[in-house]
Amino acid sequence: MDYFLTDEQKMIVDLARKIAEEKVVPVRAELDEKEEFPWKIMEDLGKADLFGIYIPEKYGGFGGGCFENCLAVEQLGRACIGVATTFAASGLGAFPILFWGSEEQRQKYLPEIASGRKLAAFGLTEAGAGSDAGGIRTTATKDGDDYILNGTKQWITNGGEAEIYTIIALTDREKGARGASAFIVEKGEAGFSFGKKERKMGLRASSTRELIFDHCRIPKDRLIGREGMGFIVAMKTLDLARPGIGALSVGLSQGALDAAVQYAKERVQFGNPIISFQAVQHMLADMATQTEAGRALVYAVARYIDSNPKDIRKVSAMAKLFPSDVAMQVTTDAVQVFGGYGYMKDYPVEKMMRDAKILQIYEGTNQIQRSVIGQALNKEYSRTK
Amino acid sequence: MNIIACIKQVPNSAHVRIDPETKALVREGVESIVNPYDMHALEAGLSLKERYGGKVTVLTMGPPQAEAALREALSCGADEAVLLSDRAFAGSDTWATTYILSLGIEKIGHFDLIICGKQAIDGDTAQVGPGLAERLNIPYVTYVRRIEFVENGAMRVQRLMDDGYDVLDLPLPALLTVVKEINEPRLPSLKAKIRAKNQQIPVYGAKELGADEKKIGLAGSFTEVTEIFAPKWDRKRLMIEGPVEKQVEVLLKNIKQI
Ligand SMILES: Cc1cc2nc3c(=O)[nH]c(=O)nc-3n(C[C@H](O)[C@H](O)[C@H](O)COP(=O)(O)OP(=O)(O)OC[C@H]3O[C@@H](n4cnc5c(N)ncnc54)[C@H](O)[C@@H]3O)c2cc1C
Ligand SMILES: Cc1cc2nc3c(=O)[nH]c(=O)nc-3n(C[C@H](O)[C@H](O)[C@H](O)COP(=O)(O)OP(=O)(O)OC[C@H]3O[C@@H](n4cnc5c(N)ncnc54)[C@H](O)[C@@H]3O)c2cc1C
Repeated sequence: MDYFLTDEQKMIVDLARKIAEEKVVPVRAELDEKEEFPWKIMEDLGKADLFGIYIPEKYGGFGGGCFENCLAVEQLGRACIGVATTFAASGLGAFPILFWGSEEQRQKYLPEIASGRKLAAFGLTEAGAGSDAGGIRTTATKDGDDYILNGTKQWITNGGEAEIYTIIALTDREKGARGASAFIVEKGEAGFSFGKKERKMGLRASSTRELIFDHCRIPKDRLIGREGMGFIVAMKTLDLARPGIGALSVGLSQGALDAAVQYAKERVQFGNPIISFQAVQHMLADMATQTEAGRALVYAVARYIDSNPKDIRKVSAMAKLFPSDVAMQVTTDAVQVFGGYGYMKDYPVEKMMRDAKILQIYEGTNQIQRSVIGQALNKEYSRTK
Repeated sequence: MNIIACIKQVPNSAHVRIDPETKALVREGVESIVNPYDMHALEAGLSLKERYGGKVTVLTMGPPQAEAALREALSCGADEAVLLSDRAFAGSDTWATTYILSLGIEKIGHFDLIICGKQAIDGDTAQVGPGLAERLNIPYVTYVRRIEFVENGAMRVQRLMDDGYDVLDLPLPALLTVVKEINEPRLPSLKAKIRAKNQQIPVYGAKELGADEKKIGLAGSFTEVTEIFAPKWDRKRLMIEGPVEKQVEVLLKNIKQI
């Protein structure tokens, strides 16, 4: 399919593809097996300028948008979701600074993120606050010219590896979600440490860790926006980032489809390549159709977001929900096409199926996405009446 | 430092075929790449530039399509590129190639160092580097596996040998040919790619270079490819044992039989 990309967009695809093929594919199984953080690949992505795709030129970036970022993420996702998530999560950590940070904060942090010299991370979730993010307990107490953070964030992608963390904490416990604020915390700050590194089903090259704040004192100029804006910052950041999860999913589906079609052409049973059996063909046909539909949705939503519309919640939820459900289905079917070989670690589809599951969970579960879309519909239809 | 990296566009060796009639490489329909060794030459140039400042110019002689190889080098961070292209260059062997490249280098002007690949994966002669250095009358070292330092108009390099390496000092300007062990070529970057797309690449033909037409193309080439074949490799190994006199006797007998 031709999506009429500009020359520059094609360059992004080519470059990300090249890195995915040459640097990621050869090591993905080993990274997965050893649960090893892909630092070498992050350096390569940094040198290739890809971390700066969505960051304005004046902060050292390329000046692209959500769409360009999705194009890169898709190509990386095609090779490895662990690597691609590590890359994309730095963006998640950077969005609050880019969209709501002060000029000083942007100048200080964005060039480092754009060059890939430093990774960023986004810390919202806590043990008792997942889907119900309003239930967070981490506090930030004003003390003179400082804030003091206390509490523990859970399952934070890039935890321990990133240098720059955007953290959502309560500045006013009475007000609940309206009392939340967003802060920038740097690695190495006194009172900021990391808990255990999670051992996971998939996404194993990505680091998922606890962030522990124990009387962590940070200067007050680390507050992003104003006090009380934290929850809005977090929700809008996730709205902007969700098409990225869609792009990861499309990439993964494409990778699984590529592997399945190739295998089906080579594997001979009953004297014929299995692709000649209609049952296999139909499975592949559905996989290809769903993948393309997911891609078309992600591209359309990402381009729409780049036109700066007022409300993107519903469409961004769709751009995460559909492709990630597709990725789960497509990777499961890819294993089926491979038969018993698909269940073995010798072939990449085994890892792809394990990796796919996370896409339906993080950045808001797919149940929550459906609720968001449902609530938006309810609101939309009462407005037009 | 002003560095010139010589790069050659070659067919991707994985798909290459030789026409049994004409004995020439069949290039049609085969993807073109930058000769892999030359990516190491470029990388050596770029990292010297990072250490000591200056600029890296990439130079190639080839058909108009060879521009793609130059743009790839620019995408990886080369500052400038020069294409030497003319119908009259077609059929040049290494002798004629080094002549044309030497004229191109004169055109570029001042340089401190020229870096070539060890050899091209299609022609495979490994003659262009040394031949070019001879034409320019500058010192050269082949099979360089490491550049230690550049200091006071001279440099120290390591030359890969079968059983280790030599350490050599040589004055600049000079020419090096490099092996893959020297470095890991960098990937392109987005910003350099975009710059490369719009960068002007000067193209010089025989006239602009003031080339003597008898020294270029087929007319200027001494090499004539008469046959291409894989040489037979029927080497035998013979262990001779026993007292020395006996060994010498057996050895002599064997030598005489050759
Ligand atoms: C590998 C990994 C990486 C992560 N990275 C980050 C990160 O970088 N930063 C960060 O802040 N967080 C991160 N998270 C947290 C992630 O966003 C949450 O896990 C997710 O939002 C779901 O929360 P939960 O796990 O607590 O599930 P729960 O909220 O406990 O949900 C459990 C189940 O109940 C369903 N459910 C809950 N509420 C409703 C409802 N109202 N209606 C219908 N169904 C409902 C859910 O869909 C789910 O099926 C990460 C998680 C993982 C596993
Ligand atoms: C078996 C055989 C068949 C041949 N057939 C033909 C033929 O059919 N038609 C024909 O025209 N020629 C033919 N040639 C000639 C061959 O293509 C030329 O000799 C070529 O000019 C360079 O030689 P090489 O490829 O051996 O390079 P090498 O000497 O191996 O290359 C060493 C280095 O020199 C530099 N270099 C080499 N060539 C260039 C260049 N053009 N521009 C910039 N830098 C360069 C690169 O840095 C390269 O790594 C043939 C040669 C051989 C050995």
